[in-house]
Amino acid sequence: MNELSPQPLQDGDSGRLLDNILFFARVLRAAGLPVGPGKVIDAIHAVEVVGITNREVFYWALHAVFVNRRDQREVFDQAFHIFWRNPKLLERMMQMVLPSFRTGEAGKPEKQINRRVADALTQRDGEKDDPDETADEEELQFDAAMTYSGAEVLRGMDFEKMSAEEINQAHAVIARMRLPVMDLPTRRFTPSPRGPRMDLRASLRASMRGGGDTIPIRLKQPRRRLPPLVTLCDISGSMSRYSRMLLHFMHTLSNDRLRVHTFLFGTRLTNVTRYLRHRDVDEALDSASAAVEDWSGGTRIGECLHTFNRDWSRRVLGQGAVVLLISDGLDRDAGEGLGEEMQRLHGSCRRLIWLNPLLRFEGFAPKSLGVRAILPHVDEFRSVHSLNNLRELADALGASSGPDATMMAGWKEKLQAVEAAEID
Amino acid sequence: MTSALPASVPETLALLNAGGYVADQSLATALHLALALKRPLFLEGEAGVGKTEIAKVLSETLGRELIRLQCYEGLDISSAVYEWNYPRQMLEIRLAEAAGGADRLALAADLFSDAFLIERPLLHALKANLAGAPVLLIDELDRTDEPFEAYLLEVLSDYQVTIPEIGTIKAETAPIVIITSNRTREIHDALKRRCFYYWVDYPSADREMEILRIKAPNAPEALSRQVVGFVQKIREMDLFKQPGVAETIDWVHALVQLDHLALDPAAVENTLGVLLKYQDDIAKIQGSEANRLLTELRTEMSMSGEA
Repeated sequence: MNELSPQPLQDGDSGRLLDNILFFARVLRAAGLPVGPGKVIDAIHAVEVVGITNREVFYWALHAVFVNRRDQREVFDQAFHIFWRNPKLLERMMQMVLPSFRTGEAGKPEKQINRRVADALTQRDGEKDDPDETADEEELQFDAAMTYSGAEVLRGMDFEKMSAEEINQAHAVIARMRLPVMDLPTRRFTPSPRGPRMDLRASLRASMRGGGDTIPIRLKQPRRRLPPLVTLCDISGSMSRYSRMLLHFMHTLSNDRLRVHTFLFGTRLTNVTRYLRHRDVDEALDSASAAVEDWSGGTRIGECLHTFNRDWSRRVLGQGAVVLLISDGLDRDAGEGLGEEMQRLHGSCRRLIWLNPLLRFEGFAPKSLGVRAILPHVDEFRSVHSLNNLRELADALGASSGPDATMMAGWKEKLQAVEAAEID
Repeated sequence: MTSALPASVPETLALLNAGGYVADQSLATALHLALALKRPLFLEGEAGVGKTEIAKVLSETLGRELIRLQCYEGLDISSAVYEWNYPRQMLEIRLAEAAGGADRLALAADLFSDAFLIERPLLHALKANLAGAPVLLIDELDRTDEPFEAYLLEVLSDYQVTIPEIGTIKAETAPIVIITSNRTREIHDALKRRCFYYWVDYPSADREMEILRIKAPNAPEALSRQVVGFVQKIREMDLFKQPGVAETIDWVHALVQLDHLALDPAAVENTLGVLLKYQDDIAKIQGSEANRLLTELRTEMSMSGEA
């Protein structure tokens, strides 16, 4: 302990306090807060500065060190009160933190503890069985007759009709996909031999290098940069087969470029951005699906978009973001309130692309209420049921030209036709 | 004029109060830690909750210079840290040529020296200041982009700036750094790690009353009380943008300006635009909803008045 603190508090009691701060940091780390050794040292310094006379001051001192984001406050608060109030509970917690001391009664205090804190401490081994896993196996047997495959066939094949092995191959293809760059000019500059502006600093340095007799002109041009990409993916029952495949696609995107935000929604919205940043695709998808509680349930698109608009749009849609909305538009709330939310979403991003797997059907017409509410507010409407579509999408994201206007006009005509037919 | 840094949390609290900033213990603790351990204070919160005001009050009450760096997209080194005075440098080259046979090595060393350096806010904050370490306010950091954030890492952890032509300039005394963010973009953890974090929340009713007493002293007490009650109720509703403290203060000023002594439906109807800045939100509150809130407020107030 003394090594951690350059000026250790003197008597035995303070030694206990330092130990406790260390253990407290471990509890927080187990609960998912990013607490490193540096933070522990900071915490000890902080406590040395404010003293331990006032409980509230002590709380806020530790809070200032350990909490980095607003959503960590709850966990910290719970952990603090459990840890620093009830020494018996503390002992039990420590037993849980240190695996060698783990006993059968470890589950006891769970009720009082925040679920996340408790989960982190008990580290339940028997994770919920993934219902889709068994579904995959059934599929495997069912698809066994279709033994032919090959990249060409695979590319045009509907995700829904793929066998488990073909899915694996498709995953490999997706992992190799690279998005071409759709970049935007920024207000920064980069040196360029044919740039439109003079780079005075570079010119003068070049001049000095040559002895100052001449000033060779160096030029610069605006630097270009990728806009943020925000994906909102429907994971309701009707979308389940596609959304798994699309998660792979999103994982590839997340690792390919900076500033990709991914949200999943069914009946509620979940931000899985951090999970998808894992390099390892299986680990990333596992942790993402563990974070989601509404896999393959119903859909409440309007409600989820409302949550997104209220809580997230201001945080992730800055700096010219492109939004990918992946959904079949089948809404449990029958499109209620969806139009307004779509309008707001459309208004706060640079480009809104709707990906709908139902488009694979030849005669798809915008008949359902959800589809009719969404369609007027999107810049582009595309299909995502096969690898070819994903490739097209990659191209579309790379195209610096605007969306395909004629295609959208066609869809809007269809929408009007459907509405006119309804009135008659 | 310079006062010493506060020695304890209560002193920090008193300092903020003396500057007309109604703070609570949590903010005072975070601020005290930042001052005592010489770390930046990272303030996050919705627009209009008084983040920038903290830095202003601090510079005023401590008698330090306030150096403000307003962030925007594309903010670069030449406008945030330093820039070379190119016209003067070119002139210098011309002069050296005219004088003839100038020592070229000396000229090169000369051209990139302090004399030709234009200080921008960050470099200025690191330079010695007679009034003591200045308050450096890096405002709305989320508006700038990641490259600038990465550049700040060196400045904020070691309080130094590296200029390739000169070398490293290190601050003798660390400036008091306040960083604010509206969360239009997540700030990277690496930067947050170097700071003490504080989430500036909407104030409680009592604190908001106190703020109004200081910021709008000419408003009648009854009106302020009603306004605070109304705003607190609105914040509980599902709105796109909840009104901040700044909006509350503006609203009271507007009502006083229009000679309203108490909140009534007509007054709310006419001035709602001061409080809410989105048409959807206004439509949601306007009319019957506002009336309902007002009646609710009146009954609550009369009940607490009797008790």
